[in-house]
Amino acid sequence: MSRAEAKPAALYHRTVVYVLFLILLLPLAGTLLYSLSTSWSATILPDGLTFKWYLQLWSDERFLRAFGQSLLVCFGALALAVVLILPLLFVVHYHFPRLDALMNILILLPFAVPPVVSSVGLLQLYGSGPLPMIGTPWILIGSYFTIALPFMYRAITNNLQAINLRDLMDAAHLLGASTWKAAFLVVLPNLRKGLMVSLFLSFSFLFGEFVFANLLVGTRYETLQVYLNNMKNSSGHFNSALVISYFFFVLVFTWAANRLNKDKT
Amino acid sequence: MSATLEQSPKIPGEAEPAAVRARTTPRLRGKWLAALCLLPFAVFFFVFQIAPLLWVAIHSLNTADGWGLGNFQKIFASKFYLQAIKHSLQISFWSSLFGILIAILGSYSLRQVDSKLRDFVMAFSNMTSNFAGVPLAFAFIILLGFNGALTLLLKKLGVIEDFNLYSKTGLIVLYTYFQIPLGVLLLYPAFDALREDWRESAALLGAGTWQFWRHIGLPVLTPALLGTFVILLANALGAYATVYYLTTGNFNVLPIRIAGLVAGDISLDPNLASALAMVLVGLMALITVVHQLLLKRSYHVAR
Repeated sequence: MSRAEAKPAALYHRTVVYVLFLILLLPLAGTLLYSLSTSWSATILPDGLTFKWYLQLWSDERFLRAFGQSLLVCFGALALAVVLILPLLFVVHYHFPRLDALMNILILLPFAVPPVVSSVGLLQLYGSGPLPMIGTPWILIGSYFTIALPFMYRAITNNLQAINLRDLMDAAHLLGASTWKAAFLVVLPNLRKGLMVSLFLSFSFLFGEFVFANLLVGTRYETLQVYLNNMKNSSGHFNSALVISYFFFVLVFTWAANRLNKDKT
Repeated sequence: MSATLEQSPKIPGEAEPAAVRARTTPRLRGKWLAALCLLPFAVFFFVFQIAPLLWVAIHSLNTADGWGLGNFQKIFASKFYLQAIKHSLQISFWSSLFGILIAILGSYSLRQVDSKLRDFVMAFSNMTSNFAGVPLAFAFIILLGFNGALTLLLKKLGVIEDFNLYSKTGLIVLYTYFQIPLGVLLLYPAFDALREDWRESAALLGAGTWQFWRHIGLPVLTPALLGTFVILLANALGAYATVYYLTTGNFNVLPIRIAGLVAGDISLDPNLASALAMVLVGLMALITVVHQLLLKRSYHVAR
């Protein structure tokens, strides 16, 4: 291909990428501008700029509570996921490698079954009876664990395969470490990066979860997304500030994950 | 951690003749202990994933007058529920189609630009994949609602007469937006299969751009495209938050109907909700089966 031909092609690809970027940016940029404007209705551009919506938001007690509760539920779910998934992964890969095939089918379930479907069963099963969890953060922690599971399982499995688990364990055993000691002091530190990346990314999508939060708990333990939904009738500028603040957190966490991922290579 | 567990792999006080046995027993005991470690996971997974699904599957067959297919008969005889299914399928199909088209163009071009721009746009795209649900619906109201900035701008430019975000078309636009980052994420690696020297060979043999894509590019990419399309379809079929926020649960799609029957204010019928949920799961299963069938017939790249 001659140079003269290559140029328009390069220009075309650059244009496509910029258009893609613009499409993805537009809703966010619109919301950001709205959150910074004094008033903006029936015109293409806002009347003036201000920070007051952010000040109002970050001094709103209900918002701060919802924010804290969101963080608590997400961290709780991630802690539960780590406690349950790490031993599972270790045991599956070290003792029962054949279980991995079964696990790969099981972890498809949270993907294949939409949260709306699960919540029908969850509402009926745990509304009353021996485990009355509906309306409490506990049910959210449990169901968020299932959302994070496929993702964390795959990410950490990839990491486990990269570190050659069996050799590492044999070496540790030869040096006199018990299985427990080896798992905690040798294998775990080697998994740190994969674990952190999957935790950051899981956090950023759990933080935005709405279906379970709204259907199973609602206002009884208001999370950020439910709060945003309930504030529907308040000022749009206020809500924009809320959306931008929320997205800022997601941004920080995905950015951190990205950074960690890059360090690895 | 605990002292008893640490001792289990090597028991020091074993008698010498039993050395062979000593080698096997701790190992066996280790296996049992290991299996025990699986228990908490199994319990939680059962309680929060399997049990609800089983409840839904069983109770979809439970009607006011006994067990049977009554709920399903009711759904397929009701215009209202059939409309919900139709809307769900239409919105999913069109948004997946537009989403995947944009993702194809985007990820192909992403591979051709310099790495700085590429990394930046890829990272941004990954971040926006988390911009979904309620916040996204809100952003779209600002941008494309009745008084949205973009609606006003496009009206002034004469591009559109009117735009109703709260209609089927509006929802397709909104859904398409959240399909794009996912599509890019899934398709970008797929272009690895398409080697640059093939394009050069094809050009040397006299094939034009169109011929290259028709006979080489698309057939090679077909499995990845099908797989991505299926994931996008499933993603759109199950989506609930966006429609719910946008139309306060008034737009008739399957997830809204299901949720309305278990958490609405008007009519609660968990059994009918279960049947509808099974219809939704059934649709997903059907899509997967069709995907597998198409995959078998398509061209495969030797790995």
